[in-house]
Amino acid sequence: MFSLILCAVAALALALSWAKDRGRTRKALLGSARAMLNLTPSLLGMTGLVGLGLALVPPDFLANLFRHHGPAGFMLITTVGALITMPAPVAFPLAGSLMKLGVSLSALAAFITTLTMVGVVTAPLEAAYFGKRFTLVRQSLSFGLALLIGLLMGELLP
Amino acid sequence: MKKIWKKYRLVLAILALDLALWPLAPDLAPKALSNSWEFLGDILKIVPPVMVLMGLFDAWVPRALVENHLGTGSGARGAALAMLLGTAAAGPLYAAFPIAVSLRGKGARLANIAIFLGTWATIKIPMILMEASFITPGFALLRLGLTIPGIIVLGFLVERLAPGEEKSEVPVT
Repeated sequence: MFSLILCAVAALALALSWAKDRGRTRKALLGSARAMLNLTPSLLGMTGLVGLGLALVPPDFLANLFRHHGPAGFMLITTVGALITMPAPVAFPLAGSLMKLGVSLSALAAFITTLTMVGVVTAPLEAAYFGKRFTLVRQSLSFGLALLIGLLMGELLP
Repeated sequence: MKKIWKKYRLVLAILALDLALWPLAPDLAPKALSNSWEFLGDILKIVPPVMVLMGLFDAWVPRALVENHLGTGSGARGAALAMLLGTAAAGPLYAAFPIAVSLRGKGARLANIAIFLGTWATIKIPMILMEASFITPGFALLRLGLTIPGIIVLGFLVERLAPGEEKSEVPVT
């Protein structure tokens, strides 16, 4: 669905640009192709990591992890969220079923936050674009933020 | 030749790991490979159009426009705009990287780039709706309320701690 809209927008923009200035459009496309080529190794690396991660950490294994309570369990769950990456349509139903299992809401909040904001699997790609330092700093700060959000949610929610 | 080898070392290492796992865990390795294959299909549907848009963005959007609205002097308005740009789009985080790098190349400040990426990752209307329906609306709203200030603070911290040293492996025009 998203990719359909995206393709339509890209095609429309391309047509407009082509109608306005062919030379500039050709140059733009050349830039796109070069960027794509440079990106391929990191994209394939990410693909491999995602596949391996999902195979190593199946959803029912995750549910088991959430049975660990206390600070250690909280850290463990947050870390697992940072290690794996999941599409939102998979992540939220999973989070919902975990809640019905009675897991702590603060662990759940930290888990969702690292799941979406921190991605060890997308790190090679991010580093190719912004450098290792930026990636490391952004991801570790996001991890810290996830812990903080989790703890605060635990305090604030009934 | 050696350079190509080095570029693809991560892919090769994972493939080797998958193959090494095969005799140890006969059902895990093929599962990893088929997961990867499926994910590659998703990527191929998203990345090429993003690249086309990025190329067009580079060719048509004047540097001064980005610099004025997201650059060093943009202040709170710049942060708000970066956040708005992050929520307006949909799609996975890896689709945001090329866009962020284009904005950076045109003079957006690093804090705004980090805010844009953070927002793109966590704050999405459809995602909030899903979170509200699968967990509870209170949970989703409270997490949102804590995440927004968190992302802004994080953006400026990232700028402090990792001052502009991006590798220009991807050509920025």
